[in-house]
Amino acid sequence: MRKKYNWKIEILGIILALLWIAPLYLMVANSFKSKKEIFMDTTSLPERFNFENYIQAFADMNFLKTFFNSLLITTSSVVIIIIFSAMAAYALARTKSKLSTIFLLIFVSAMLIPFQSVMIPLVTIYGKVNMLNQGGLIFMYLGFGTSLSIFLYHGAMNNVPKELDEAATIDGANRFQIFWYIIFPMLKPITVTVGILNTIWIWNDYLLPSLVINKEGSETIPLKMFYFFGEYTTQWHLAMAGLTLAILPVIVGYFFAQRAIIKGVTDGAVK
Amino acid sequence: MRTRSLSYWLFLGPALLALFLVVFLPLLLGTYYSFTTWNGIKTGEFVGFSNYITAIQDQRFLNSLWFTTKFSIASIILINFIGLSLALIVTSYIKSSNLLRTVFFMPNLIGGLILGFIWQFIFTKVFSSVGQMIGMESLQGWLSTTDTGFWGLVILMSWQMSGYVMVIYIAYLQGISQELIEASHVDGATPLQRFRYVIFPLVAPAFTVSMFLTLSNSFKLYDQNLSLTNGGPANSTEMVAMEIYKTAFTTNAFAYAQAKAIIFFIVVAFITLIQVYFNKRREVQL
Repeated sequence: MRKKYNWKIEILGIILALLWIAPLYLMVANSFKSKKEIFMDTTSLPERFNFENYIQAFADMNFLKTFFNSLLITTSSVVIIIIFSAMAAYALARTKSKLSTIFLLIFVSAMLIPFQSVMIPLVTIYGKVNMLNQGGLIFMYLGFGTSLSIFLYHGAMNNVPKELDEAATIDGANRFQIFWYIIFPMLKPITVTVGILNTIWIWNDYLLPSLVINKEGSETIPLKMFYFFGEYTTQWHLAMAGLTLAILPVIVGYFFAQRAIIKGVTDGAVK
Repeated sequence: MRTRSLSYWLFLGPALLALFLVVFLPLLLGTYYSFTTWNGIKTGEFVGFSNYITAIQDQRFLNSLWFTTKFSIASIILINFIGLSLALIVTSYIKSSNLLRTVFFMPNLIGGLILGFIWQFIFTKVFSSVGQMIGMESLQGWLSTTDTGFWGLVILMSWQMSGYVMVIYIAYLQGISQELIEASHVDGATPLQRFRYVIFPLVAPAFTVSMFLTLSNSFKLYDQNLSLTNGGPANSTEMVAMEIYKTAFTTNAFAYAQAKAIIFFIVVAFITLIQVYFNKRREVQL
């Protein structure tokens, strides 16, 4: 028996989808309006596409600089998390011993610790050693992100046959060569998952950067957005243009890598 | 690789060091500080459990814990209900399945801080102008009362996370063998019976995963809380994460805030472990 085409469900789904994008529609529609137009009506389409709000928001948020700060911090953190987590998982999975089990348990149990429980001492410790800067932030992302990443890599390592290591050893490869040229390429599917999960988290993170790099010129998008919004709460037309700009990179990324993103997020949650 | 060999430690070293210096060192020091009069600079003197005793009598802290608990319960129920419904819709035989998935999942990619700002506009401006148009009094003054702040946060959270939970349910729904579904058709089961007795038990493991994720996300919520209500009115929609933040960085009571943070850690760890335990047990019984 084959499933029948179900038009009632289709209509229900489409109505829900319209409801789902309504907030984004409202944001974009109002970003083109003048202050007066928003006051008159928030739900209609704008009378004309007026880019003035965008020009001002772009300048006030120092958007290019802010965007590159976000890009730099996210990319470096994610690359570092991927490399060091894969390496650690490789060591833990290939060395069956009590010590490895204990280390894996430590990494997994660290996922139970909420950020707020370590936040206050973290800021004071790193303040003392002058590491409240972009470098310090990237190191912190490694510390907070490595647990889940190691957990995912460790699970995937079980599917990489041990005979590969042995064959490469006989051929005279050392540990780093085996890892880098043989194991790491085989872990590519899970690397994509780890990369996507960490990118979403770090790109959108507000609290940690607000404590660590709260300086003019080094702000990331969420951080800058916070100040920008604070300045313009009574000027919703500018606030909406700023928010649209802030979301744009995410939507563009989602458009191109949609399949990989949904798969990555599902794998990260289900495994 | 042997645990004694140098390469074992070289491979493990960077991740282990970062985890220790970023998570465990602050946690250990913080636990110690919570028993002192630490002010962020000087450790001060040892005061035993006095910070903890003050914390469990602190009305504002207790209110935030209670508010967070209520919020988490409401969110978990709504998110899982909506998420499962969306999953059932997009796995039906319909033409727009892929497009719908894309749309429902999208809010999950946008940062909580930004989503909070968008919804602040919707609740305060759009709601009131629509309310005026259609003459609905209840759409006025959203976020200005505790109740509307509460439901505002729940709506925001459900909108953001339902798509996430949806993809988890889809993964399990697609794992159900088509033969079982066909067998239930042959046996003359109604759609409701089919859902209750065939599909539901088979997606039960998805509940473990989804509830774990929604619970931990709701309980530790900060960004959305900050940008949507900022705890207002009169701190009545303040969640634990925000209460701890303000105690530390607005009131500058570092040791006291740290004691609250340790209580928070214990509560989160306890709830998570209990939940995982019960869900695992239920799965085995089914």
